[in-house]
Amino acid sequence: MEHQHTVQQTLPPNPEKATLEGRNKFLGFWFFLGGETVLFASLFGTYLGLKGSTHTGPGPDELFSLPLVFIMTMILLTSSLTSVFAIINMKKGNYRGLLLWLSVTVILGLAFLGFEIYEFYEYVHHGLGFTTSAFGSSFYTLVGTHGAHVAFGIAWITTLLLRYRKSGLTLTNAPKFYVAVLYWHFIDVVWVFIFSVVYLMGIGG
Amino acid sequence: MSHAKAQSKSVLWDWLTTVDHKKVGILYLAAGAFFFALGGLEAILMRIQLMFPEFTFLPAQTFNELLTMHGTTMIFLAAMPLLFGLMNYIVPLQIGARDVAFPFLNALGFWLFLFGGILLNVSWFAGGAPDAGWTAYVPLSSESPGTGIDYYVLGLQISGAGTLIGGINFLVTIINMRAPGMSMMRMPLFTWSTFVASMLILFAFPALTIGLLLLMLERIFGATYFAVDFGGNVIIWQHLFWIFGHPEVYILVLPAFGIFSEIISTFSKKRLFGYSAMVFATLIIGFLGFMVWAHHMFTVGMGPVANSIFAVATMAIAVPTGIKIFNWLLTLWGGRIQFTTANLFALGFIPSFVMGGVTGVMLATSAANYQFHDTYFVVAHFHYVIIGGVVLGLFAGAFYWWPRIFGYKLNETLGKIFFWMFLFGFHLTFFVQHFLGLIGMPRRVASFLGGQGLDEMNLISTIGAFFMGVAFILFVVNIFVSMKNKETTGDPWDGRTLEWTIPSPTPEYNFAQTPLVRDVDALWYEKYEGDGKMKAAEPLGDIHMPNGSFLPFIISLGLFIASFGFIYHLWALAIAGMVVVFGAMFVRSVKEDHGYHIPKEDILNAKGGK
Repeated sequence: MEHQHTVQQTLPPNPEKATLEGRNKFLGFWFFLGGETVLFASLFGTYLGLKGSTHTGPGPDELFSLPLVFIMTMILLTSSLTSVFAIINMKKGNYRGLLLWLSVTVILGLAFLGFEIYEFYEYVHHGLGFTTSAFGSSFYTLVGTHGAHVAFGIAWITTLLLRYRKSGLTLTNAPKFYVAVLYWHFIDVVWVFIFSVVYLMGIGG
Repeated sequence: MSHAKAQSKSVLWDWLTTVDHKKVGILYLAAGAFFFALGGLEAILMRIQLMFPEFTFLPAQTFNELLTMHGTTMIFLAAMPLLFGLMNYIVPLQIGARDVAFPFLNALGFWLFLFGGILLNVSWFAGGAPDAGWTAYVPLSSESPGTGIDYYVLGLQISGAGTLIGGINFLVTIINMRAPGMSMMRMPLFTWSTFVASMLILFAFPALTIGLLLLMLERIFGATYFAVDFGGNVIIWQHLFWIFGHPEVYILVLPAFGIFSEIISTFSKKRLFGYSAMVFATLIIGFLGFMVWAHHMFTVGMGPVANSIFAVATMAIAVPTGIKIFNWLLTLWGGRIQFTTANLFALGFIPSFVMGGVTGVMLATSAANYQFHDTYFVVAHFHYVIIGGVVLGLFAGAFYWWPRIFGYKLNETLGKIFFWMFLFGFHLTFFVQHFLGLIGMPRRVASFLGGQGLDEMNLISTIGAFFMGVAFILFVVNIFVSMKNKETTGDPWDGRTLEWTIPSPTPEYNFAQTPLVRDVDALWYEKYEGDGKMKAAEPLGDIHMPNGSFLPFIISLGLFIASFGFIYHLWALAIAGMVVVFGAMFVRSVKEDHGYHIPKEDILNAKGGK
């Protein structure tokens, strides 16, 4: 409270965990990510159960193109790296660096989302609609839920960037930035599993 | 200052915007009691229909809707919220905290639950309630005509989100907000069981979230996960549902175990026997609870290997549960037992629940399960564990903590009559159902033929249900009759734990000074080793409090409105509702709210100017 307009130099070394509120957010968010893990595990299970059920529509090996998905993977992994840079800058007290790297993260996220929309558009073009087959439904649900998480993350980080563009780092906004970046990493990890389980196994398995 | 402003608010506005864990707890209790009465009424209507063979009190469709809504209401809208009410009010007090970790989210959890529950029940007036059983197996549910199942899917989705939020809140509260000296292994058992149940909520509810999402996408957007003619698989629903559904029964019963542990210890005037064994048994039950979901699916055709593994895992749960039963008995052993109403419920629980446990092991025998499956034997079993465990626990907890929560004691004489009537009615209703099941009466049937040996037992069962109904009315009467029995000591039962160290009624900041905890049963320790009062862990000072907020109500209302958009394919309405939801979340994110302080002088005045 009284700290909210303090200049960065007087902030403690780990401002995201310096207050009880910050620690609560930090721990609560980890728990939330635990729940999210089960959420995606359920979607993965459903997908694995149904990926052979292509009915009359196209199957994974006819649709997936590794170069496209590889580019998407690289973009998302890089965005995770830039969000790490943002947190390093935050811990150093370089607020401008934090904002800059988070902006890069958002732009990379948008690029990923653009590729995903293009990808879905292509698949629909090739005859795999949401209702075509059980494979189609479970594929779009799994990858689409991930895409919705990316979109939410973009909106969240953008909100923080706009809201705190002039405030400097405070004990109130440090946990917010930190937790948003945690969320972004989680999205990235889920994508790594999607890349392996859906795309690599879809083509090679 | 802002404190004065808080007092000038209207009562209604205060309750709509409260983020105080005690008021949120009372809201949960009130809403839960309402839904409990509703679910009970649904049960009695079903029992009237089954009173006589080929009785025509209700049409079969209505019966199906009643049995679906009875199960759904009792589990999601009555048992869980009533437990959440007690947890909300009691757990922060038991760990010496002034508040929960996320007061705002806590309020949001309540309003999500309430709007979800209301949405579910709106279906009665909108062309028929859900009719596919509380388990909503596909393809029955995915093909069910009308909008009933749509209400089920969206209502449970919204209230389930509230439950998940509540679970995370309890976890963080218990880990981060304990008073100095309150190590994990000094926490009262109710707090421990809340902790483990919250873990189960966190890892079980997302499976339901996905199950409901898939069913919604299938019904509303034509997805084909469960549509066999498109390559879909109906067993996926059963797995997702029971991966959630089995931990759910431990989410319900573990907190009840916690309540009994508190009550048996208090009214035996003894420390809980085998405290650490109790804690580990709770943890093991929580862990094994995730390993047994497929015992609900023995007859699906998973094969003998899978059936055997799940059968053995299920039977293994009897071991930690047995540890608990014996620890309660040994707590009573040699104790100075007081037969208060709360303790009567605890003592009635032990044999009743053991009977449910024994039939549980019978059902876990996968070969025999083919005989029991989908008969009244199963109905008898789960009512013995849910009523014998959870409902008796809730009533025990109500009588025990009533003076703490509402500032007056419930009448003991009326309470004991209520206890005996309820226990008698409960066994009368469900004991015969074991035999109904064994001689072949299937569950979820709207009627049966006479002269097959089913007539008398069904009549007896219905009479028992009436006993339970009348007993509950007696409980409601007790609430009003007893209002004059003001309780001002703050410690009516000669308690052992921190919730009995503060004045009655509970101040909004709970503890004027955070207490210093020196042993398990912190208050009892001070009564015998100290001066009977808790040592303070901090000097008296200003106390920081969170501001109330109307946003939880608005977020929940937005989802409620959007749901109608989804159910009736009114996409503009759905979008409008979601705009309200995300708009309110945006406001919450952007607007910093630092709360206010209650000045030291006010706290001194409240303490009588010490």
